[in-house]
Amino acid sequence: MIRRDPSVFSQKFVRIRALVIKESLQIIRDPSSLAIAILLPVILLLIFGYGVSLDARHVPIAVVQDIRTPASEEFVAGVRHSPWFVPTSYPDIHSAIDALKRQDVDGILWLREDFGRSINSFRSHGVHVIVNGVDDNTARLLEGYLTNTWANWLELRNLRGRQVSFVPITLEAHIWFNPESRSRDFLVPGLIAVIMTLIGALLTSMIIAREWERGTLESLFSTPVTIGEILVSKFVPYFILGMMGMGISVIMGHYLFDVPVRGTLGVLLLTSALFLTTALGMGLVISTVSKNQFVAGQIAIIFTFLPAFILSGFIFDIHSMPLFIRVITHIIPASYFVTILQSVFLAGDIPGVILPNSAALLLFSVFLFILLMRISRKRIL
Amino acid sequence: MNAVLVRIFRLAQKEFLALLRDKKSRMVLIVPPLVQLVVFSYAATFDLNHISYAVWNEDPGEYSRQLLSRFSGSPNFHLVGEIRSEQEVKSLIDNRKVLLVLHLRSTFSRDLARGVPGSLEAILDGRQSNTAMILLGYVQTIVQGYNTLFISLHGLTPLAAPISIRAWYNPNLESRWFIVPGIVGLLTLVVSLLVTALSVAREREDGTFDQLLVTPLRPGEIIIGKIIPGFVIGFLESTVIVIVAIFLFHIPLRGSIPALYLGIFLFTLSALGVGLMISSIASTQQQGLLGAFLFLVPSIILSGFATPIANMPSYIQYLTLINPLRYFLVILREVFLQGAGVSILLPEYAALAVIGLLSLLLAGHFFRKRMG
Repeated sequence: MIRRDPSVFSQKFVRIRALVIKESLQIIRDPSSLAIAILLPVILLLIFGYGVSLDARHVPIAVVQDIRTPASEEFVAGVRHSPWFVPTSYPDIHSAIDALKRQDVDGILWLREDFGRSINSFRSHGVHVIVNGVDDNTARLLEGYLTNTWANWLELRNLRGRQVSFVPITLEAHIWFNPESRSRDFLVPGLIAVIMTLIGALLTSMIIAREWERGTLESLFSTPVTIGEILVSKFVPYFILGMMGMGISVIMGHYLFDVPVRGTLGVLLLTSALFLTTALGMGLVISTVSKNQFVAGQIAIIFTFLPAFILSGFIFDIHSMPLFIRVITHIIPASYFVTILQSVFLAGDIPGVILPNSAALLLFSVFLFILLMRISRKRIL
Repeated sequence: MNAVLVRIFRLAQKEFLALLRDKKSRMVLIVPPLVQLVVFSYAATFDLNHISYAVWNEDPGEYSRQLLSRFSGSPNFHLVGEIRSEQEVKSLIDNRKVLLVLHLRSTFSRDLARGVPGSLEAILDGRQSNTAMILLGYVQTIVQGYNTLFISLHGLTPLAAPISIRAWYNPNLESRWFIVPGIVGLLTLVVSLLVTALSVAREREDGTFDQLLVTPLRPGEIIIGKIIPGFVIGFLESTVIVIVAIFLFHIPLRGSIPALYLGIFLFTLSALGVGLMISSIASTQQQGLLGAFLFLVPSIILSGFATPIANMPSYIQYLTLINPLRYFLVILREVFLQGAGVSILLPEYAALAVIGLLSLLLAGHFFRKRMG
């Protein structure tokens, strides 16, 4: 073993400190980095948090009654009082269909002449629903709401003793972690992961490419500074900025959007730090590989947002994807972070979820930084 | 006039070279959008097909077995295991091993035989509430099917008629039909931004923009020269994407091709306009990239791509009116699924044209401002 002079380490420290200061000065001089870390999460969370919802409420529907009986009026009144629909009456089915085609309404509730018989007979078709199926999710919700309204109304009738019909099996559903099924509660944690992906990539994807373009990286190589030190100095200030962005996002998610935080803050911080390291590492790799800002920017646009948006499980459930797509989602770091955040926010610190996913993130960041060292070294030679 | 055309042509030629000369840039513009089209189209679905569930059956009777066989027989459900205690329910759901636990109490079959309704308890993981809601719908359908069978087998008073439901334009309610036309819009937007958002900023950083300004080219001509490559690339890629959507994903194209292409033309115009505007405001490429994201992300989220605009609060709905992607998605979905022609889409075309022209005018304005 070679014994090292302790001053080697203190020199190393001095060099890194100097580089960190230089990098921080650059951040302060071009306000776009600060804007990325602080403004971006605020704006995006505001837009996302208020704008993104899968809960269809106040769906405009057309109501056509071919026959008016006390029973049908009672059923329609039930529909009118439901928070899900905004019903409008149409005189006949043709005008309602025209409205559906013009997209004035998303569906049609059509009570036909044998409505009265429908209450007692399984085989008659007195209640028709036509939905606009283009948006399958809204269409399915609308179907569900209308079916439930119908079932509830029938049950109410039964309770009042006018009719007795036996329902063999009743379904008792318990939705854990989010009993009201507020889609915002599951979307906001996912959003934070998407936003952090963007911040990480935006902050670092340009910085090494910029130095290559300007030739300042070459001048750095002629000093005693090592590649590792340069990478550390590129990492530290942006890491601090990114954690600030994360903090802002969590505070907004919890206090503005009322998303519960059931896990502990320590776990949240630790896993965020891990993910941010991965995200910044990706940006640095993009930056080093492309060597020019234009290409780095293009790569950042195409490889960060859309994959994190669609393949992370933030909005589309990974379990439902075909096998080869599920394999691909394993190379998207955001997919691990979305899983972690959804658990930490809604369920709590569950080791069975947090540990394997954190391990994956750790593996990613180690891999990215080894890769970074390798390609940087090759670039110099 | 001729000289103007020659100047614009030369500039467009130079822009093409600037974009395509770099091998990496060439790759980025062509390969990822096409790969993403295929991957995203398979990935983006609200249909559930691999539902892992566990069964906690305390009932020794035959009815519970009959009911459960309806779940295990469904191709969408995948039985992970049978459990015996409440703790196991918690551990399976907490650790995301299953999305659903079906619980039948010991009295289930006895109740049914006595004519008392049996109760099926379904415990769902609500961390992804949308998945949970869709899954609940699936469970309800299976239970209803069993109920109908049970009643007809036992000669009981029949239930009331179910609502008969038909879905127009997308009879099987396939997510893919909704999502893939949306992805056409997303990728066209991304490609347009890739071409323009950094282009002026790069010339500013390199100092070549000043050189461009001292040539006889007027700002209008610079703009036209800069967006021509975007048009060519955007058009070619959209065409490929549309072909893939039709032939690989079997999305029906029911409307007219001219209506589709008029939409693509006007949308590309407005997307390139916004990209160029961002680029002309930014003084560094880093700022250009930030601008591109600040435009790209909200315009995708607020476009109705995955979450309907109708679900947004009204002031956010007003905000979507300035979003070109919103109009393009309407055009795409109406042309693909609802068989729309040009005349019905006139309001959308007009909105896109206005956004396109305004953003190009603003881009020209910022060029000039920087000159002075």
